[in-house]
Amino acid sequence: MNRRKIFEFTGVNLLRFFILITGIFLLVFLYVIFSRGGKVVSWEFLTQAPRKYMTEGGIYPAIVGTFWLTVISMLLALPLGIFTAIFLTSYAKPAWLVRIVRVAINTLAGVPSIIYGLFGLTVFVRIFHFDVSILSGSLTLGVLALPVIINASEEALRSVPRDFREASLALGATERQTILRILLPTALPNILTGTIISIGRVAGETAPILFTAATFYTRMLPSSVMDEVMALPYHIYALLTEGSHAEKQVPIAYGTAVVLMAMVLIISALAIVIRYNIRKKRKW
Amino acid sequence: MVNKAHISTEDLNLWFGENHVLKDVNFPVYDKKVTAMIGPSGCGKSTLLRCFNRMNDLIPETKIKGKVLLNGNNIYAPKTDITEVRTKVGMVFQKPNPFPKSVFKNVAFGLSVRGEKKNKIDEIVEKSLRNAWLWDEVKDRLNSSAFSLSGGQQQRLCIARALANDPDIILLDEPTSALDPQSTAKIEELCLELKKQVTILIVTHNIAQAGRISDYTAFMYLGEMVEFDETQRMFTIPKDKRTEAYLSGVFG
Ligand SMILES: Nc1ncnc2c1ncn2[C@@H]1O[C@H](COP(=O)(O)OP(=O)(O)O)[C@@H](O)[C@H]1O
Ligand SMILES: [Mg+2]
Repeated sequence: MNRRKIFEFTGVNLLRFFILITGIFLLVFLYVIFSRGGKVVSWEFLTQAPRKYMTEGGIYPAIVGTFWLTVISMLLALPLGIFTAIFLTSYAKPAWLVRIVRVAINTLAGVPSIIYGLFGLTVFVRIFHFDVSILSGSLTLGVLALPVIINASEEALRSVPRDFREASLALGATERQTILRILLPTALPNILTGTIISIGRVAGETAPILFTAATFYTRMLPSSVMDEVMALPYHIYALLTEGSHAEKQVPIAYGTAVVLMAMVLIISALAIVIRYNIRKKRKW
Repeated sequence: MVNKAHISTEDLNLWFGENHVLKDVNFPVYDKKVTAMIGPSGCGKSTLLRCFNRMNDLIPETKIKGKVLLNGNNIYAPKTDITEVRTKVGMVFQKPNPFPKSVFKNVAFGLSVRGEKKNKIDEIVEKSLRNAWLWDEVKDRLNSSAFSLSGGQQQRLCIARALANDPDIILLDEPTSALDPQSTAKIEELCLELKKQVTILIVTHNIAQAGRISDYTAFMYLGEMVEFDETQRMFTIPKDKRTEAYLSGVFG
């Protein structure tokens, strides 16, 4: 064997080795979570409120809370994010403004999530007097998701072939009609795929809702967006840091983790299915 | 016989940044005729074509001087409604570029952005597809994706889409360069048929094509309109040395 072959041989095998390590790591990770949490999950666990200081019962209010926080934050962030991306990609605009917006987005993307929590506390809870509520939490999570949504949307809009835009304008459509009837419909599936990935992040974040939406314990389901709620990630945190029955609380925390991961996995799978269907349908 | 010019330029100059692309172009496009623009690649044919429907407006740093008259009105006058210009002046691009929509919606697009009524749209879509010689091939699959059509069909779909706006003139920028010989022949015949109802201005890299379908030919070289004449006359007795050289294939 000459040197190049040896080089190639070790290179390839090193690569295999690292892939193997990653794979093992993932398996161990899943095993730890599911072996401890799997047996806790039952129909009762999914559909009942916690009892006896969280040592018994289920996590239904936390599932509902995370559901609403995620859905509402997306409803708030999606239009704003898409609108910003349209602004960045389409309309004629001064270059300095685009630069400022871009710097702002990238800075936002790098901010640690606990800072979002503080921001939400100051702005939504205090200044706007939304108090600790689904609304405050959703707004905070929405701001957190915004950079991801904007970047995904911008990329999706930019990948729409220029030909489509030119063809539309050449047929006498206005810039606005071109965006609404051609650019957005063409880019929307990709925008949604990119966005769904950010849903996973939003659903799993603890820090942003810590001061803005989450409550340690309630048997009640929220009746409006002004109510505080339980949420899955915060529930895990609470189970591990509060109370005095660790031997009963820790398994519930793992069970909660299983549910949270299942939710995120289902959402990611949904994204993959959507992307697959688009790829199958499109061919330009 | 004096031909009425449908669209013409007066001392048209265009710059992309520092690049002086069109130089003092004076050029008539006659009513209900086929006019071909020929010239070596990069000489400004596409750019001139895109002046007629103001598509160059999309390119930043473009500067234009001079006039483009459409039915006597300067389309570069400040108060011009650009969308109206683009409705009257249709365009077909080099590469077929249907929208990722159904065959029907492609043809209906121009009408629907102007809020035309549903039954009127149905009627015009059918008429436009017939005029583009596509109706028989697609009438059973109006709701299929435009991408399911062949390249030649897609290009005729783009022609139908432009026709649906009932334009005065259609601009075609090397519309057959991406097509096979059969599809090319069909589009050439179609142009000859269409000139009964609409003025046609076609850019072509193919001298023989200009000879086959055009009544008039314009030869461009390095941003100048070197020669404009009846095709027959230009192809037999070119006035300019450069035209003669180009027609005899000296520069590709
Ligand atoms: N979008 C553009 N931006 C800047 N310069 C351009 C653009 N399009 C074309 N040009 C320049 O304009 C000149 C003429 O190009 P074009 O009209 O496309 O020529 P042709 O169609 O005759 O091949 C070329 O020098 C080309 O580099
Ligand atoms: Mg060209």
